Amino acid sequence: MVIYGVALLAFCYLTGVYLGDILGALLGVKANVGGVGFAMLFLIILSNKGIDAGWLDKKSQEGIAFWSAMYIPIVVAMSSIQNVAAALSGGAVAVLGGVLGIVLGFICIPLLSKLGGQKN
Amino acid sequence: MDLMAMLTKVLTKNGLIFAFVLIGLTNLIAYKMAGLTKGRIHGSAVAIFFGLVLAYIGHGAKGIASIPMFAGIGMMGGAMFRDFAIVSTAFGADLREIKKVGAVGVLSLVFGLVTSWIAGVAIAYMFGYRSPVDLCTIGAGVATFVVGPVTGAALGASSEVIAISIAAGVVKSVLVMIMTPFVAKMIGLNNPQSAMVFGGIMGTTSGTAAGMAAVDPKLVPYCAMTATFYTGSGCLTFPSIFYLLTKAIFG
Repeated sequence: MVIYGVALLAFCYLTGVYLGDILGALLGVKANVGGVGFAMLFLIILSNKGIDAGWLDKKSQEGIAFWSAMYIPIVVAMSSIQNVAAALSGGAVAVLGGVLGIVLGFICIPLLSKLGGQKN
Repeated sequence: MDLMAMLTKVLTKNGLIFAFVLIGLTNLIAYKMAGLTKGRIHGSAVAIFFGLVLAYIGHGAKGIASIPMFAGIGMMGGAMFRDFAIVSTAFGADLREIKKVGAVGVLSLVFGLVTSWIAGVAIAYMFGYRSPVDLCTIGAGVATFVVGPVTGAALGASSEVIAISIAAGVVKSVLVMIMTPFVAKMIGLNNPQSAMVFGGIMGTTSGTAAGMAAVDPKLVPYCAMTATFYTGSGCLTFPSIFYLLTKAIFG
């Protein structure tokens, strides 16, 4: 059933966020540390297990796939509730930051590809 | 009988449902417009840009949700649904495939996150930002437009800084889509190995998928395989390791 997938996703989400809160408290950051990342890791491990073992059937997987497909629309909604008016005053930061980010990235790609090629 | 007032009441009372319609329409228009560019710019990038335009129209701390009738979009785009949907994108990543990516994949993720952090922090510092929270949030935004707000929310950054971080991520995503076909030859982006490195370094899923598709559609799964871990790793490391690093340097 679709709800099984949604429930598994929700379980992973809550467990990950809870763990992130605990880690944050341990680190003294007073914030959630990597909760989303932990939740993703749980979901990868549990959904792989579920598919292999057979208890996460096609219908159940659809419950997770639906939310995965809703990711971009939700990000669109998220971007529409930001304080853009205020951010525009810092627009140059965004543009230059993005530009510098991809320039550094493009420079690194040939270096790392070579590293991988040598290993193989 | 005031039909307009009744409609407004229905839309306000059912805010989240109304948000589904509005965001659906926004996506429809965005993807139609992106189609006109023949796949050079991905629909998601246009849609996110439209989202930022809507936020500007709302002209408040909560963007378009500052207008009561559109408050439901605030729920749809709020932290709960956002994080829930992000977690769901991890579904489909196969552990066996991940093991095949190996050390270079992990290394490319590390390089991608570190270069984003350097770029974001350097530019933000140049523009007068000094608090470790602001610097780290903008660096996280350069990583992707998701890592930015997640980090900002975790560290308690202001909505302004979070908006800058999203904008930086959107700029990067759009640039990756546009630039990749032009630099592909120069950086040797023509085999699975370099495609995996590309995904790990650039990270932006929509950006790399669209950029890679314009170079060679067969290489898309390879870059997606590493890119899919980027946001998760970013959400894990930016509010923790990178924040502590930023605090140690600028705190």
